[in-house]
Amino acid sequence: MTRKDLTLHLGLVALLFALHFILPAYHHGIFARVMVLAVYAIGYNIAFGYTGLLSLGHAMFFAAGMYGMGLVSYHFGVPALPAWVIGVACAAALAFVVGLLALRTQDVSFMIVTLMFAQAAYLIILYFSEVTRGDDGFVIPGALRAIGPFDLSDEGTRYIVAWILFSVALLFSLWLVRHPFGRVLVALRENEERARLLGYDTGRRKLASLVISGTISGAAGAAYAGLFGYVGGSFAGVQYSIFALLWVLLGGAGTVLGPFVGALFMFYLIDLATEVTEAYMLIAGVVLVLLTLFAPQGIVGEIRRRLWKDLP
Amino acid sequence: MTETPSKTKTGLISPTRRGALKTLAAGTAAAATMPLWARYTSAQSAAPIKIGFGKHATGIGAAYGRWYERTSVAALAKINAEGGINGRPVELVTEDDGTDPRRAAEVLEKFANQSDCDVAFGTLFSHVVVGAAPRAGELKLPYFVVSEGHHVASGMLNRWTLQPGITDVKSQISAMAPFLTGTLGKKVTMIYPDYAFGYDHRDNLAPAIEAAGGEVVAKIAIPPTETSFTKYFPQIPRDTDVIYHVMIGPAVLTFVKEMGEFFGPSRPEIFGFIDSLEATDLTSPGLEFLEGTYFWEGNPRYLQADAPDYVKAYRDAVGLDENGASVSDPSDVSTSAHMFGCWETLHIIKAGMEAAGYQSTADRQKLVEAVEAMSMMEAGPAHPQGTKMFNGKTHQVFGPQYISKVEGGKLSVVKTVPYEETIYPDEVDYTSMSF
Repeated sequence: MTRKDLTLHLGLVALLFALHFILPAYHHGIFARVMVLAVYAIGYNIAFGYTGLLSLGHAMFFAAGMYGMGLVSYHFGVPALPAWVIGVACAAALAFVVGLLALRTQDVSFMIVTLMFAQAAYLIILYFSEVTRGDDGFVIPGALRAIGPFDLSDEGTRYIVAWILFSVALLFSLWLVRHPFGRVLVALRENEERARLLGYDTGRRKLASLVISGTISGAAGAAYAGLFGYVGGSFAGVQYSIFALLWVLLGGAGTVLGPFVGALFMFYLIDLATEVTEAYMLIAGVVLVLLTLFAPQGIVGEIRRRLWKDLP
Repeated sequence: MTETPSKTKTGLISPTRRGALKTLAAGTAAAATMPLWARYTSAQSAAPIKIGFGKHATGIGAAYGRWYERTSVAALAKINAEGGINGRPVELVTEDDGTDPRRAAEVLEKFANQSDCDVAFGTLFSHVVVGAAPRAGELKLPYFVVSEGHHVASGMLNRWTLQPGITDVKSQISAMAPFLTGTLGKKVTMIYPDYAFGYDHRDNLAPAIEAAGGEVVAKIAIPPTETSFTKYFPQIPRDTDVIYHVMIGPAVLTFVKEMGEFFGPSRPEIFGFIDSLEATDLTSPGLEFLEGTYFWEGNPRYLQADAPDYVKAYRDAVGLDENGASVSDPSDVSTSAHMFGCWETLHIIKAGMEAAGYQSTADRQKLVEAVEAMSMMEAGPAHPQGTKMFNGKTHQVFGPQYISKVEGGKLSVVKTVPYEETIYPDEVDYTSMSF
């Protein structure tokens, strides 16, 4: 990892911390939410962007974290921090089991199998509605949304907790992709057969990548439940799997900053387009088509291609 | 009235207010607007009261969102014509929530922190309400939902979330049971979608039917992804007197058609919730089989012969023809059983703000307390659906329920259940919670 890499990424972390004191209330709240969702996208990027595993089922990992955290809070009164750890563990376990089965397939088959697993997870949430409150979801009691003296429903605390989670995920992601293990993941993405010929146990590494990816996605889901107080089936729906893919593609697949840039860009694109017309999805669609045509590697990917060849 | 697609502002004061006032002072060309402006001059502040409307403009709730907006715009036009709230004009700030809980929470943040709305209002779908309500509580933003979900009265939400303009599904279902067992038959088979909306009916109907001396002989849950229903009909027990159905979504037309093909001319009695067919023309091909069957209606879709003047005035203001469709497009059928809740809720916000002496967002808590103090709401121009009783402890209103029969392709009300027969024991006391 070069000094330049570190400076850039620590610079973003510092900028986001500074924004905590500067942003007006509305944008302050939005940045907190976008940072949590960007963690989800960072998780997705490890599987898709760096390892080449095109999953259409990552919402199940996000939801596993969310429900793992939320259900133990809601039914057993477990406080936020241990509940969050339980949520993360649930996502890791699910990613391991799904990985064992789904990684027997490749490419389009892998995409379909992950989509099917995610759909099964979504229907399980609906089916066991007496426990999960099904489609409606549930609200985590306010008293449990605290870490020690810090109330997670407080705007300032929420932002700082989201910032800490995002910073850890971002720097971990940077460290991982510069680590020899991360280099092997890129090798798998580029040419799995050659990586195998070089003696790497590709199956085990892909499984590890998926587990890391699912765990980070689950950490975001669990944090979302704690910070925003709601757990619901819609987060397990296929659109949330597609959101992660979209954010990563927009920001730049296989770039460390891409997931955050993509999530932020997408949020403000929609938010600003709604100011202009009720047909805001049309504007969003046109912008996405233009981006795909003129910046096919995403925003950060394009910067890497044109300006900064070594950008991680 | 100015209306832009994403930001709808309904008010009699336009952005050129200052210029208009100067014009008035000069005494030129002001005669037409003078009476309206004069009404507002008594207010301490002439700034409009802003009502944030979370509209289901996209996503699965879009048909409802369209009609919720029309009804809200009409209600505010009436309120403004009558002098606004506390002498101030009222405007609607509309944002699409995509029928999505996450976006709905963001929309509430926008209302509270960017648009400076005084209150938020209008959400229908239960999961969107449940997802957004915690943010309303954190933002200390009064959140008036028009959802008919039981989530408010169940105690799941918070002191800032209220449902004073539409009844909840638990009271609706329990109010139907005596009619089902007393008029249609004792043995009931339920057919419902296998997810949340269906579970509300599954869980609330059986106890109500038993209490009314009947029996639910079968509960047939149909997966939400199902497109053909023929394999489910043989599961209906032969001794069924009444089929109770609450299928919703595009598949309902197929469901009704296949049910007709299965039973032919010798069918049991059939009772459904109009939610199945909101915004759907009852004369659509395939729905002929519904002739002679019964429906719950939150508010009659078709203009009834004995409709009072205030009901006619409400329908005219919203732009409904006699069949409950848009006067400008007869194929654009309304969501009549639900959208009256927007009209009534906006009148309740007006009454609450006036009772609280509401001046600014600093008075939001006073507004909630004023609404909590409400009880009887008499039928009239502000409450065209009927006389209601609001329970301040549970933040839920109880009102009349209508049972209609399909006759000649139209729904005719055959029974009205008064609000007194829809009340159930309190499950929460929000007034004991802190703000």
